[in-house]
Amino acid sequence: MQPSRMFHALAALALLALSTPAAAVLQIEITEGAAGARPIAVVPFGWAGEGDPPEDIAGVISNDLTRSGQFEPMNREDHVSQPTRADEVRFGNWRTLGVDHVVIGRVEPLSDGPGYNVRFQLFDVARREQVAGYSYEVGRNGVRSLAHEISDVVYEEITGERGAFSTRIAYVAVEGSGDQRRYTLQVSDYDGFNPRTILTSRDPVMSPAWGPDGERLAYVSFEEGRPAIYVQRVVSGKREKVSSRAGINGAPAWSPDGERLAVTLSYEGNPEIYVLDLARDETRRITRSGGIDTSPVWTPDGENLIFTSDRSGGPQIYSIPVDRSERARRLTFEGNYNADPDVSPDGERLTFVHRMQNGRFRIAVLDRGSELMRVVSEGQLDESPTFAPNGRMILFATDHGGRGVLGSVSTDGRAAARLSQSQGDVREPAWGPFRD
Amino acid sequence: MQTTIRAIALLMFLVLAGCATAPQDPTETTTQETDSADTDTGTGAETDGMDEEDGARTLTAEECPPDCPFSRDAIEDSSSLLADRTIYFEFDSSSVQEEFMDVIQRHAAYLADYSDVDVRLEGHTDERGSREYNVGLGSRRADAVSRLLQAYGASSGQIETISYGEEVPAVEGHNEEAWDKNRRVEIVYPASGGSN
Repeated sequence: MQPSRMFHALAALALLALSTPAAAVLQIEITEGAAGARPIAVVPFGWAGEGDPPEDIAGVISNDLTRSGQFEPMNREDHVSQPTRADEVRFGNWRTLGVDHVVIGRVEPLSDGPGYNVRFQLFDVARREQVAGYSYEVGRNGVRSLAHEISDVVYEEITGERGAFSTRIAYVAVEGSGDQRRYTLQVSDYDGFNPRTILTSRDPVMSPAWGPDGERLAYVSFEEGRPAIYVQRVVSGKREKVSSRAGINGAPAWSPDGERLAVTLSYEGNPEIYVLDLARDETRRITRSGGIDTSPVWTPDGENLIFTSDRSGGPQIYSIPVDRSERARRLTFEGNYNADPDVSPDGERLTFVHRMQNGRFRIAVLDRGSELMRVVSEGQLDESPTFAPNGRMILFATDHGGRGVLGSVSTDGRAAARLSQSQGDVREPAWGPFRD
Repeated sequence: MQTTIRAIALLMFLVLAGCATAPQDPTETTTQETDSADTDTGTGAETDGMDEEDGARTLTAEECPPDCPFSRDAIEDSSSLLADRTIYFEFDSSSVQEEFMDVIQRHAAYLADYSDVDVRLEGHTDERGSREYNVGLGSRRADAVSRLLQAYGASSGQIETISYGEEVPAVEGHNEEAWDKNRRVEIVYPASGGSN
């Protein structure tokens, strides 16, 4: 495990060297914690160097765990003590405070070069024993990424499921207005930190979608005065135009095998769903309706496409087999506007934009088994929901203070947060796959 | 004066209603159009005001029923009747409202006169709802205007349509006022330096 983590830190540094950092300051604001979730204490890490510590590692871990909705980290002010070594942990005290697990750690500058040694330990309070403990060496810029990796270890040890804190997201950012408007495509950590600009354009950029390898992004760009779909390698920046037919070229979605894109094209009349085989450069039409068919996404087995269609009046969510062996089947019946679906990694849930009776647009989650729908966001103009690769969280675009920002919510709707940047509008998040 | 303009407006409407059977847009309903034409006092008041300020322009309007001859450079003239190039829409709708029929008809007449001139129809929506669905909706709006232009004399080879969905708002803002101005089709003459 150790060498692979070191490699991650190096890979992050390589990426840093290749691309331009965006100058926006980010803030994570927890708007709702999951009351009654697993109680845990993440004690501020000790710091053995000069001046300020490089990063508040415990703060990053605490935010990660809270946002997942699976944990309720205790406020720092309520910690009775702040141990940084195993022999300083008084299990009885933590037990009195009702805490099930304690995370401690410390950071030291490396003696033989730039960077740090970071140690952390996770304890089970009831059993009075260590559950996990690691020591890492990390470069100066890798501390925050390392904090997310520690969150992943804690999350997986306690829940038995894989954490998604070390993943990346892509999103579209817009600054300026009128002729000064600039659209950029950004790739950042899952919490919006470390943003890198991978495309800048005066014309709209839309609908980023991660390839299953986590190395390629498909997106729509209007840079030639018309919409076209591109596939770009994230690290090298090398890209290819894969669709530029007459009319709409939109809404790319990768097949699970990474060999095909489901897209929306209108060259035959009105917007329909097609599947584009990237290696053969062949398109096959999937839908046939007089309405708008768009925003396809693949089920994890690669056998069905879930998409938006207004064939019955307002937009609703439908499913159709990729081999067209059956007609499209309607999946949403609540309300008169349901659009832009994403499918959970286990295929059992859908998330989409739902218009409420009061006219607000919010994010809803539909359990496909029970067919129960639940609204999980609280904004006015929420859109573009995207599942975390472990299916436990949803990221979406929302409005705050007149600006487009990213919102996150646990899939059960219990924990919510806002990722606000200092300037511009942020929209259309796409959550990338696990990185192995 | 007011009654004259009303009468002309009504006359134009009748002509339009006759032609309106030709376009294929199934969403148009004649009864609704009659209502809006009769009750739209806002348009009447505006026409009245223009009359007092700028007699020449009103004169042109009166002498410019459907197949009015335009000079070739009329699209460069900001006071020309062709200067009006935006068609606005209702929420989640691609039906062209009656009040914009004269704008469409004049541009159709111009395009019919000058068959070498190309036009670009840019469909837009307000910011609400799904972005890709809005691209579809903007496309449907541009197509609706395209069909009407063709019904009134432009040829399909002159018209290019593109949808920007909600990506390029005319007005920034997150309220009804801004949304009303952003649900639109812009008629752009690329050769005349019309940008966007």
